[in-house]
Amino acid sequence: MRAIDFDQAADPAAAIRLIQQPHSKFIGGGTNLLDLMKGDVEQPLRLIDINHIGLDRIDELADGGLRIGALARNSDTANHPLVRTRYPLLSQALLSGASPQLRNMATIGGNLLQRTRCPYFMDTAFAMCNKRAPGSGCGAREGVNRMHAILGASSACIAVNPSDMNVALAALDAVVQVSGPKGERSIPIGDFHRLPGTMPQVDTILQPAELITAVDLPPPSFSRHAHYLKVRERNSYAFALVSAAAALDMDGAVVRQARIALGGVAHKPWRVPAAEALLIGQPLSEERSLQAARLLLDGAQAFQDNGFKIKLAERAVVRALREAGESA
Amino acid sequence: MPDQTSQPANEADVDTARRGFMQSALLVAGATQLPLAPANATPATSASPATPVVPARALTLNINGADHQLSLEPRVTLLDALREVLGLTGTKKGCDRGQCGACTVLVEGRRVNACLTLAIMHQGAKITTIEGIAQGEQLAPIQAAFIEHDAFQCGYCTPGQICSAVACIAEMKAGTASAVTPNVREQTIAFTDPEIRERMSGNLCRCGAYNNIVSAIQAVSANARA
Repeated sequence: MRAIDFDQAADPAAAIRLIQQPHSKFIGGGTNLLDLMKGDVEQPLRLIDINHIGLDRIDELADGGLRIGALARNSDTANHPLVRTRYPLLSQALLSGASPQLRNMATIGGNLLQRTRCPYFMDTAFAMCNKRAPGSGCGAREGVNRMHAILGASSACIAVNPSDMNVALAALDAVVQVSGPKGERSIPIGDFHRLPGTMPQVDTILQPAELITAVDLPPPSFSRHAHYLKVRERNSYAFALVSAAAALDMDGAVVRQARIALGGVAHKPWRVPAAEALLIGQPLSEERSLQAARLLLDGAQAFQDNGFKIKLAERAVVRALREAGESA
Repeated sequence: MPDQTSQPANEADVDTARRGFMQSALLVAGATQLPLAPANATPATSASPATPVVPARALTLNINGADHQLSLEPRVTLLDALREVLGLTGTKKGCDRGQCGACTVLVEGRRVNACLTLAIMHQGAKITTIEGIAQGEQLAPIQAAFIEHDAFQCGYCTPGQICSAVACIAEMKAGTASAVTPNVREQTIAFTDPEIRERMSGNLCRCGAYNNIVSAIQAVSANARA
């Protein structure tokens, strides 16, 4: 790993001041950043340690929601009693990602900023990657693309967001709280991650020197009927081929509210409000679920190796909805 | 220090000379501190910002109950500090990228991958490595169970497996959920084989001793619950 300078921030204001030094990056858990630095994909000159700035708490909000500090660890968040009982979808998604060791290190803020595992991005031996080296081309489009996007891709990039947590947060309508040199702002999760377009090097709408301080969850509506289904090459410790987060608010047998988010299919978690609307006011059925799944996957486009993902995602949605309907 | 310019007279002398050279090379490496690569190495790509020379910093790590004063560059991982500077080579370097779990140690009782964290981030924390698991000459229950259940073959992943298993058992006793827990809303979990397998999936074993690792953990878990 290249030489790096290192500062420890004592509070969020200090962190935002220190990050404005050239070529600086925040380090929380470091599980993704140090990995990428070892591979020379990330080349910061200075790390700002934000592990001691006091943003690791999980607190109830006045409106009945929950505020999860950006430095709360994946394992602590997944196992927090209020997350397990009120937002089981988030617990399930977090627990399906990485390993216990990594979950003990990884933070909620870092998870939001997790970078793609596209092999053309991860390995500097590949000359072409618009995300790593803008303008160099996309190695995956005509290359090995089994893990890649079927929705929202561009000619510049077909990478997918690798996070499980982000898919659950999308379904739960989380809000990302951010603080920066110009003050604070709240970003709905659906706006936080970008599609690649012509600038795949930019994953999120976070501005330079902005610090994620927390993730807010709205009051729980999906505590009883929620399911995160992750489909992968092996049963544990692997990234998703496809994942589906399903959350239902039921009035007896009738669906009052529905949320479906897909992971592993695009540069960001994929939601289609019209697909969710199809389920509302009806009893949950396989037929309706399949219609919703098809609407969610409308416009899906496969590449050479990932055509299987379209049908897989469709079936994952139907099964996740069924499991959500049955869970309690 | 042996004279490395003299010609060896026979094969036995060659071996002696090589051994002498290896020893002095290791001494030199130890004296320069980590990292062993020059700090001002030329960047690999022209677009990279020039890599600065970053001096080592004084820091204190608490390992297995003892404080150690070290002088390390910020880029030195906890794993390299343990192995290359402190000589605690029980913690193994497998993939060095957080994929195999061979480097698992406990920080404040929580299992982490020592390869994906910097030593400088752990000042003041209590770190336990495989060297600190036993009570003196008395093996910890999980160590005895690994022997009893034949839970290893080559042994390379074993220190990481054991550190991970210690935390795994504590996590299950504390009622933490896993990806195979049927209902995460319930605060107690069953000590089933699938639960143990899922919770140990961050530790790979190329010899495939998984069945016996699960048996060893089950045996200790049963005693811990009794």
